Amino acid sequence: MNNLIILPILIPMLMGVILIFFKDSKTIQRVVSVISVGLMLLLSVYLSYIVYVDGIQTIELGDWPAPFGIVLVADLLSSSLVALSSLLALVCLFFAFQTFSAERERNYFHPFFLFLMVGVNGSFLTGDIFNLFVFFEVMLISSFILISMGSKKYQLRESLKYVIINTVSSMFFIIAIAYLYGVTGTLNMADLSVKISELEQTGVISVIAVVFLFVFGTKSAIFPLYYWLPHSYYAPPAAIAALFGGLLTKVGVYTLMRTYTLIFPHDPLVFQILLIVGGLTMFIGVLGAVSQFDFKRILAVHIVSQVGYMIMGIGIFTPLAIAGTFFFLAHNIIVKSALFLFAGVAEKITGTSHLKEMSGLLKTHPYFAWLFFIAAISLAGIPPLSGFFGKFALVVAGFEAGNYFVIAVSLATGVLTLFSMMKIFMTSFWGEVKFPDPQAKDKKVGKLLIPILPLVALTILLGVAAEPFMQFSLELAEQLMDPSEYINSVLKE
Amino acid sequence: MEILMILTVGVLVTVATYMILTKSLLRVILGVVLLSHGAHLLFLTMANLKQGSPPLLGEEASSYADPLPQALILTAIVIGFGITAFMLVLAYRTYKAHGTDNFDELRGTEDE
Repeated sequence: MNNLIILPILIPMLMGVILIFFKDSKTIQRVVSVISVGLMLLLSVYLSYIVYVDGIQTIELGDWPAPFGIVLVADLLSSSLVALSSLLALVCLFFAFQTFSAERERNYFHPFFLFLMVGVNGSFLTGDIFNLFVFFEVMLISSFILISMGSKKYQLRESLKYVIINTVSSMFFIIAIAYLYGVTGTLNMADLSVKISELEQTGVISVIAVVFLFVFGTKSAIFPLYYWLPHSYYAPPAAIAALFGGLLTKVGVYTLMRTYTLIFPHDPLVFQILLIVGGLTMFIGVLGAVSQFDFKRILAVHIVSQVGYMIMGIGIFTPLAIAGTFFFLAHNIIVKSALFLFAGVAEKITGTSHLKEMSGLLKTHPYFAWLFFIAAISLAGIPPLSGFFGKFALVVAGFEAGNYFVIAVSLATGVLTLFSMMKIFMTSFWGEVKFPDPQAKDKKVGKLLIPILPLVALTILLGVAAEPFMQFSLELAEQLMDPSEYINSVLKE
Repeated sequence: MEILMILTVGVLVTVATYMILTKSLLRVILGVVLLSHGAHLLFLTMANLKQGSPPLLGEEASSYADPLPQALILTAIVIGFGITAFMLVLAYRTYKAHGTDNFDELRGTEDE
């Protein structure tokens, strides 16, 4: 029993409700959201430390014992993801202060930003599958509002598609839970794990696992369910796009990791599907990125291809592969959002996000250019930055498991990733100074870059100090691959 | 009774699928609503229909019905209601901004 676990959900929820009443005061809005997100960050880092030292922590809500009541569970995976998402939220918040119009902040941006964090943290921490559905919905409704806020023509159209596709997949989530409840009669994830390993009929479990793959696959944008992502993530402003690109699809990947290690680890068919889907996702995603000529859209399509790597890691399903998946997930949360924020900076300077309309940023804004360069080659996986080590672990794990074809695809994807990142760098940073906005040369962006600095520093740190982080990931992977510790700490057997 | 319920779910999901695949905005939203009804009904059926007396009302009965599915479905209905309301407003705003409710015309152009 540890009451600390509920605070990352409770703080943003209460503060968000309070902020609705202060919608006209910009200062109160900003101060309260910074304090609550900062508090969330401190508490979640402390929580991760406790989990690392003392093992898995649980709390039974309302004091109803598991498996009858709802439990919140913080293991290494969920607590470290909560910490990362809080850090990302803080960065995006500071970036939003400098780029958002006063009107957007007055129209309930801050409350819904905090509600989004409630949903994200809740999805990471919950140990009950119906509760996971509820937190998913909290996250989705807030994201619907954040993505359509501003009501531009393009934005309305794309957010409508985003809303409909996500709602349909939520309905399938209910259907999958219904099947699961019909077969096992329980919703607690630890209890599900026990009950399903005792079941003899595996056919129905395979069907349920595939329905779950459809649901979480739509949320995490895997092939062939990714088509909604590039357009809808293009619509919102940089700070929101960075948060979505860094977090929302990763929540889908997290749920895949959780359900497939805990509930459905017995079914080789599903892991075969995951491997194939992972390979297709990364390759088709990167082809999309190569063909685009818009800064933000290249990054949005890249999300798809990066998710493919994580799906591949889950599909290989050895401790090293899961460790690599986590390392890559953490790296991607950091770097992808940094890149989205850089795209926002470039748009702020030049007034466009189309690559062919801007060039020569390296001459006019050298610091910005080099910071972008670090993040870009980290995404492409150049050592000694963090992207390399995640991919390295995945490739080694794939070789050990004998999945040579998927590994070949992933390496080819890496080359094309490098190509598309360098395409951005060469067209818009090199060359003659040419901007659509004549005053662009003299625009100062130092203040905008400060919030992004921690993210860039973190990708260097994750790369240079890869050894301890990899050790941590391996420990995490062992905890995931052997669910007995999770089950024991939830069910107290 | 189970067979009848499952058939109803089948009809609901079929109609919902047809409506989601049409090109009119409002029909797609109605399709999503029908799909949610199908999902909720399926939940009720999968968790076994009434097989005992109502729980908490007496202590004498030999078996009690499972109260959990109703609670879960109620939660899901409330969430679905909120999302439907939001979707309708968003669809109306999109219709006002674009002047059309046909998804073919909402496809978007290449050079945006």
